[in-house]
Amino acid sequence: MRLLDIISLLLGVLLAPLLPGIINRTKAFFGGRKGQPVLQLYYDLYKLLGKGAVYSHTTSWVFRAGPVVGLAAMLTALALVPCGGQGSFLKFQGDLLLFAYLLGLLRFFTVIAALDTGSAFEGMGASREVQIAALAEPAFLLGLSVVALETGSLSLTGIFERLSFETWASAAPALLLVAAAWLVVFLAENARIPVDDPNTHLELTMIHEVMVLDHGGPDFAFVLYTSALKLWVLGALLAALALPARTGHPAGDVAVFLCGQFALAVVVGAIESTMARLRLVRVPQLLVAAGVLSALALFLGLVR
Amino acid sequence: MMDVLLVLLALTNLALLGSSRLGACINTVALQGVLLALLSLFAPTGECSLRLVVLSIGMLVLKAFVCPWLLRRALRGARVSREIEPFIGYTASLMIGLLALGLSFWLSERFPRLRPDLSPLVLPVALATVFSGLFLIVSRRKALTQALGYLVMENGIFAIGVALSQELSFLVELGVLLDVFFAVFVMGITLFHIQREFDHIDADRLSSLKDWSGRFPKMAFDSETKILREGHE
Repeated sequence: MRLLDIISLLLGVLLAPLLPGIINRTKAFFGGRKGQPVLQLYYDLYKLLGKGAVYSHTTSWVFRAGPVVGLAAMLTALALVPCGGQGSFLKFQGDLLLFAYLLGLLRFFTVIAALDTGSAFEGMGASREVQIAALAEPAFLLGLSVVALETGSLSLTGIFERLSFETWASAAPALLLVAAAWLVVFLAENARIPVDDPNTHLELTMIHEVMVLDHGGPDFAFVLYTSALKLWVLGALLAALALPARTGHPAGDVAVFLCGQFALAVVVGAIESTMARLRLVRVPQLLVAAGVLSALALFLGLVR
Repeated sequence: MMDVLLVLLALTNLALLGSSRLGACINTVALQGVLLALLSLFAPTGECSLRLVVLSIGMLVLKAFVCPWLLRRALRGARVSREIEPFIGYTASLMIGLLALGLSFWLSERFPRLRPDLSPLVLPVALATVFSGLFLIVSRRKALTQALGYLVMENGIFAIGVALSQELSFLVELGVLLDVFFAVFVMGITLFHIQREFDHIDADRLSSLKDWSGRFPKMAFDSETKILREGHE
């Protein structure tokens, strides 16, 4: 275990709440406003952690376990994800499947915690979340298998260590298709705009936000922090795929990676400012299209 | 370079299967024409001869500009902008398009590779284009989309020709282009007349025009049969 592995984990833990701030500032810029401070999520987390929690009498331990298990799952996922081409805290052959299932675990606990409240709205949000995830997951996994095929490694660290601009030169169409599919998955999984609107306060149209309505205090802080971590880990994969720059020095690589992450946040902000949310019936079509792109990339990878 | 063209071609097929707007579909088919013209320019082994350039330009003009223009005119005349209820929905169509793509990759592995110098993607993508065209013809209601399906199928056949032949035969290709032009021309006129007679271009409802088969077709003539029977009584 090198020092860099620990640093890359700490970078994720510390900088993840920055991404929503950057997205919000970009949206504010497009709207001609000044916007929230970039560090707003840190303030929110601090405030929420200082509060007490209130639990309804109808909920069970499942409701309390939801945010904690989700946070644990995302921290483990963060440990698996390399910081650009540099090492990650945990690595072994096949850890990309563990990564996908950690995302699944987070979703499962968010969903059953929402169902545990017995609220009709939260049940509706849970149903939508599961429907969207069922379509986003194949797109994500097929994309991962394409990248694994192109680099010949089954661990996330191995994949992104070997991925370079030479891989891009030899398999540009396939990797471009995967990047496009992952962008859609990234937006869908993080409940961003073409799929879900993070700012809406109308329960009928919400997906992610409606599931966490009943959490308060430290639990809600966990939920917010978990979403920020999810944004970070999925963004890390996309940034490492799109910007496989090798500067020759570890610190340089990490700097390139961070630039990629922040640029991705700006792109997401731009997408949110220029697009409208899709009608709910059109969302599956978008995700199936992303899956089709990934599958096409897999065919391309298999033929060569 | 060829790989990029072929991947784009495969993507246009999928876009056609997943899109409901007829105007966008026509634009996609026009894009396919551009891609094929470029493909025919890049594919042959020999040097860039004059007739090859003439063929490519002819194809570009016809498939990317003339045919879409004719179809767009028919679209304006028909005053429809969307395929409302296809027989098979768009998400399912996309999945089937993907299956067709997988099938064509599987099939083309079993073909001998007659042009090893070309990208291995030519044949599968060409086959998938033919399949998508066929599928558009059978799964959509509007006559306009079916005409588009015909064009897509023809594009696929041309791409298969690129994949299998050493050199494009000038006269044959010109003849095919002329055929396609006339077919689309006639389809445009037919569309216009169908629209004028029936106020819609839903091809499946034309089956009620066939000869009397023992009983009256249900949808169109129910009220009249009732009147006829009442008249007899």
